[in-house]
Amino acid sequence: MRHSLAAWAFAGPGVAIIAVFFVLPVAAAFAVSLTDFDIYALADLKNLRFVGLRNYIELVQAPLFWRALANTLYFVAIGGPLSIAASLGAALLLNTQAARFKAFFRTALFAPVITTLVAVAVIWRYLLHTRYGMVNFSLTSLGFPQVDWLGDPHFSMPAIILFATWKNFGYNMIILLAGLQAIPKELYEAARIDGAGNFRQFAHVTLPGLAPTLFLVGILTMAGYFQLFAEPYVMTQGGPVQSTLSVLYLMYEQAFKWWSLGSASAIAFILFLFMLAVASLQLLVTRRMGGAT
Amino acid sequence: MRFSAPTRTGAAATIGLFTIAVIALFPLFWMLSVSLMLPGEASNFPPPLLPKYPTLTNYRALFEQAHIGRYFINSLIVSSFATVLSLSFNVTAGYAFAKLDFKGRDLVFRLMLATLVIPAQVAMIPLFLMLKTIGLVNTWIGVLIPFAAGTFGIFLVRQYALSIPTEMIEAARMEGASELRIFRSIVLPSLTPVLVTLGTFTFLAVWNDFFWPLIVLTDEHKYTLPVALAALSRQHVQDVELMMASAVVTIAPVLVLFIALQRFYIRGLLIGSVKG
Amino acid sequence: MIFALTTAVWFRRLSVAIIISASMLVSCSQKEPGVVEVEFWTMGREGEIVPIIIEEFEAENPGIHVKVQQIPWDGAHEKLLTAFVGGALPDVAQLGNTWIAELDALGALSDLSSAVHNSVTIDKADYFPGIWATNVLDDAVLGIPWYVDTRLLFYRSDILEDAGFEHPPRDWAQWRAAAEALKERAGPGNFAAFIPLNEFEPQVMLALQQKDPILREGGRYGNFSSAGQRQAIDFYLSFFRDGLAPPVSESELANVWNEFARGYFSFYISGPWNIEEFRRRLPIEIQDNWMTAPLPGPDGPGVSIAGGSSLVVFKQSRKRDAAFKLIAFLSRPDIQARFYALSGNLPPRRSSWDKPHLADDPKVDAFRDQLERVLPAPQVPEWERIAQELRIVTERAVHEDWSAERTASELDRRVDAILEKRRFMLMRSGSGL
Repeated sequence: MRHSLAAWAFAGPGVAIIAVFFVLPVAAAFAVSLTDFDIYALADLKNLRFVGLRNYIELVQAPLFWRALANTLYFVAIGGPLSIAASLGAALLLNTQAARFKAFFRTALFAPVITTLVAVAVIWRYLLHTRYGMVNFSLTSLGFPQVDWLGDPHFSMPAIILFATWKNFGYNMIILLAGLQAIPKELYEAARIDGAGNFRQFAHVTLPGLAPTLFLVGILTMAGYFQLFAEPYVMTQGGPVQSTLSVLYLMYEQAFKWWSLGSASAIAFILFLFMLAVASLQLLVTRRMGGAT
Repeated sequence: MRFSAPTRTGAAATIGLFTIAVIALFPLFWMLSVSLMLPGEASNFPPPLLPKYPTLTNYRALFEQAHIGRYFINSLIVSSFATVLSLSFNVTAGYAFAKLDFKGRDLVFRLMLATLVIPAQVAMIPLFLMLKTIGLVNTWIGVLIPFAAGTFGIFLVRQYALSIPTEMIEAARMEGASELRIFRSIVLPSLTPVLVTLGTFTFLAVWNDFFWPLIVLTDEHKYTLPVALAALSRQHVQDVELMMASAVVTIAPVLVLFIALQRFYIRGLLIGSVKG
Repeated sequence: MIFALTTAVWFRRLSVAIIISASMLVSCSQKEPGVVEVEFWTMGREGEIVPIIIEEFEAENPGIHVKVQQIPWDGAHEKLLTAFVGGALPDVAQLGNTWIAELDALGALSDLSSAVHNSVTIDKADYFPGIWATNVLDDAVLGIPWYVDTRLLFYRSDILEDAGFEHPPRDWAQWRAAAEALKERAGPGNFAAFIPLNEFEPQVMLALQQKDPILREGGRYGNFSSAGQRQAIDFYLSFFRDGLAPPVSESELANVWNEFARGYFSFYISGPWNIEEFRRRLPIEIQDNWMTAPLPGPDGPGVSIAGGSSLVVFKQSRKRDAAFKLIAFLSRPDIQARFYALSGNLPPRRSSWDKPHLADDPKVDAFRDQLERVLPAPQVPEWERIAQELRIVTERAVHEDWSAERTASELDRRVDAILEKRRFMLMRSGSGL
């Protein structure tokens, strides 16, 4: 009994903070999403109306919401795999036995991850400048045409994806590297004895051995990429023509620009449901594939 | 001359790594270089790589006119406070979940892990309204409260604390040591590495955080660096050199901290992602 | 190793650090006794200029100290509302005059009617009526105009002359004819006009020129499908449809001034701040070749938008008298003339325009003329949102080549949805208007 009490004294404060400042607000968010909380309600709570699922229905009918969702899915579906591929490539190189200066490279490649997102987004905004930017300078030096990265609606999202890849690949690289190092060396030996070349070793030993780690990395990356916000906030302000407006950006504007807190809460929940759905899908696909081999 | 196969792949891999490292570091190098250029120098074609006459003009302007020193101190205070709180609450809770037996422990722990799937943004609007009711909007306490305790931190500490031998704790208990004493003299010392890990994590997370302080802080004098930087960058779009100097001021501390505590940080990252 | 410090020592040091920083937090807010501190928020560039004028105010009023905070325009709207929610509003603020209705709906603004009535400095009759009107809601004076911002036509007089036009266009037909001739002269790749797609003001100006109002039934519904509003939309879209203006926003044009100088376009709808910018940034040989002209209307000189900034006092303030003193000071004609000299912001009072700087500058004459013909944007709390939709929908209409009808009905649909809560509020309060 005394133990239990002491234990709760240790665990209690932390758990209570999570309950009060996270779990409770999440529940409240659902309640708010069923109301038309707006500036009129902010002035006087008497102006608050319970509207049932109206916020959700209106969102589903709003082209802007679909636009934001499509942009976000574009970012997740292209940017996520691209970033993981970059991480995997870097991890494989770092895992090469005979490569030199590995400790230095690991730190260098990881450095972008811990930099402040807002600050590096500002840097990249200039690197991507149409006329004076280094990116276009390199492109034109190689004979490619100039690209209006942040001003052309077709290139704005690719620009943000490139930036995000640069910023994030180091994170997954570390996790994948640990996964690679956990694959028993004997498996490679055996494959080599069977006459497998580099590619077949990769396909038959590395990939299967790395599958659980890749799955984990996939879920983490997806969850993070769904929360796209600061990049467009700093680099494009959601433009041009809303081509970089993300779901979270839309939520921010609904909530803190227009004070449609009801609608904004509904957006947050839909985002959450989407993340859950995509994660379950990933789980399902991985199970299927695991069952087939 | 002939190289053996491993040497060749080694050389190829080193060249590959070198190329990626150049891409990874170039923007940071460019930031530093441009921050030392004269105003207007970077907006030329072809874009200059190095300052013609290195100068600290931009830094002087930043500290004297844009008051970046104030934001720097704000960030430092907020991040340090959050780190202290996060250490106090997460470490005690993490230890309890790992080593103490209490009613409902596993249930609570499992529920807590379940909250990991909910993105933080879902909670933000009601949290903001809550802070408004208790008068914490536009305060630093409001900024750091979501960081005071978290499932991730508790999980991190718990994973590490599991490795403390239970016999040691039991033995102390036999000798009549109080739980608090056991925590202070046995548990805390053996948790030191994970304290550093968690501390680094929290500090960097709060230092780099943007969304939440952007919402909570309305008074410019209380801005943290990222919020101030975003505001500055909208005001001074044309002043590349000045913006790069402020990026240096923002990024340099976290880079230094990371390089010093790399080992701890990367271990934490691995523990944290072993189990989702 | 650095971490050989025992953890207990570490914790103790940290707690000392907490106490020190906590006491720092408290000590920051100590003030001089006997001096009233008025907090004043300004937006954008004004924040850099206003301290110079404030010094004079503080010299005249030793009992008042003014603390100026500068807010970027971009995030100003969010910031004001968040500050309202957080109870962190200042005493006085500069406010875009289209935000007044919204902040009034929150009950955030003090009614200045009686203060104005008793004031010797602020004389309502001296203000341009369209500008003053932007600050009045239900007969309450909620703000005092600080400077005005209206848009009109900047043009290249040399190019226009060269194309055979002796004077700038005065009505839509002339405008259109001139634009076609200029486009012809400029050749492919160049244009007649630049109407930035990232702005909503040009659309609003054309809309205000119509007899049909922008919103109908007391601001309950959008009125874009009315004949007049449709005509305004069509006129706007035709510039892009017929290749007279490039379908780009300001940020896509690397440098507006360079492009204007090299004749990429010759008409530019813009505001007073660009007089100063043009003088500073255009090459010398162009300086005699550009002018400003009042905005053409459907049949003769047209109205433009009564934009600009007002000074307001917030209800949360406990220093309203000192705050109003500051506003009265900033409203003095001599101070306004100085403010113009420093910032290029045009004063809202006719008597300020008689001061030397303004009276003998031909490039601002058109503004003086235009200011007698300005109208406020619809004064509903939802206006900012409606303006945003107006920008988004017209930008899309330009890019996807929509008809005026389609654009109008899309606008009405979106605006009616935005105004739903307002209709409910009006119905519940049984208000006639």
